[in-house]
Amino acid sequence: MKDFINNVRIVFLKDVRSELRTRYVINSLLMFVLVTISIIRFAIGDEKIEDEILTGLLWISIFFSASGGLARTFVKEEEKETSAALKLSASPTEIFAGKLIFNLVLTFILNFLILILFILITEYNIKNPVLFISVLSLGNVGLVAASTIIAAIISKANSKGTLYPVLSFPVLLPLLLTVINATKLASAGINPGEIMGEIQILVSYTVVVITASVLLFPFVWED
Amino acid sequence: MTSFSVISEDLSKKYSGKTIFAGLNFKLNKGESAVITGRNGSGKSTLMKIISGLISPSTGKMKFIKNEVELEKDFIKTNMGFVSPYLNLYDELTALENLRLFSALKSRSGNYDDEKLKSYLQLVGLYDRRNDEIKAYSSGMKQKLKIAFSLLHEPALLMMDEPRSNLDRDGISIIENIAMKQKENGILIIATNDEDDLKLCDLKINIEDHKK
Repeated sequence: MKDFINNVRIVFLKDVRSELRTRYVINSLLMFVLVTISIIRFAIGDEKIEDEILTGLLWISIFFSASGGLARTFVKEEEKETSAALKLSASPTEIFAGKLIFNLVLTFILNFLILILFILITEYNIKNPVLFISVLSLGNVGLVAASTIIAAIISKANSKGTLYPVLSFPVLLPLLLTVINATKLASAGINPGEIMGEIQILVSYTVVVITASVLLFPFVWED
Repeated sequence: MTSFSVISEDLSKKYSGKTIFAGLNFKLNKGESAVITGRNGSGKSTLMKIISGLISPSTGKMKFIKNEVELEKDFIKTNMGFVSPYLNLYDELTALENLRLFSALKSRSGNYDDEKLKSYLQLVGLYDRRNDEIKAYSSGMKQKLKIAFSLLHEPALLMMDEPRSNLDRDGISIIENIAMKQKENGILIIATNDEDDLKLCDLKINIEDHKK
């Protein structure tokens, strides 16, 4: 177990160092976030938008920024032909776990930024911040878990650019429907007990996707 | 004394219904070497990828035996070095950082011996450029770094796919010295059509003889 954790940490730190030096994902994601938030701001104008609609807009921003960035983690390894060296040095599960954690950190930073900008430019009213952040975090973990394995699958395909939204939409649909509803209710300030069903679905979805990913990834990665 | 053997059992590979090779059997013991030859596109690199575990064969199996015990997949990685045109290291890392990264991963403990890594860089003539990001390297220098990468943990099996690519005279001499040393201490497999490499090895595997 200690060996596993060591190698996961090394893969994660390698990705952090690579990203800080190349800005392969960060720059494009930051621009995407700024452009998306600006468009939302221009579209809203002086209108008073209901919180339900703002929740939908928030998740549109999160989903598309994730689709722009998370897919790159494995595509970059294939395009630069560095995957062979990685395959010869670490087990598939270690590589998957390292990249999953890197994607989680990246997405949490990005979504924090999206949320701050979103609150600043709209009059988004969060009545139960603790529950709201909890739901948003759970949704993010599910989104990243599913996106990471999809990114690994599309990195082997020829048409990498177009495949991510096509593959991810049906897989992420149950998660998105649940998390949008839960976020809407959390922002409206209801008691945690009232969205326990949604929270259970989010946790179950994440556990199932991570388990399936760990089983599937060696086949995707090694052939 | 440690014994080590590499055994190919009835390997075959098909792509889109087309047989690349079939019925490939060989056994190499410590102190032996093989060269894989064949025309361009005949499947030399495919066979190298299968031996290294990068891809799976359509049928058959590769076995790695150390001290009469068959090694599991994860343990083969620490016993194998690989140089190939389709294996690149990270451009955004320095030569030393690349070796530290892969040495730490292969050791599975997160540790590496910096002095040893520096000695590999010295061996391939890259010590003075060890702290440069390798995106600034020429193709020959990158090839030398791949050779240093292949030597991590002194592999029992060293595999070299077209090892002379992009190398100058000094680089070729380094390759020849490493190959001679590997023949004494472990197993060497080279995929090439270069006449000098053909002379280096004991066993010749011609892919053309294994097409159905």
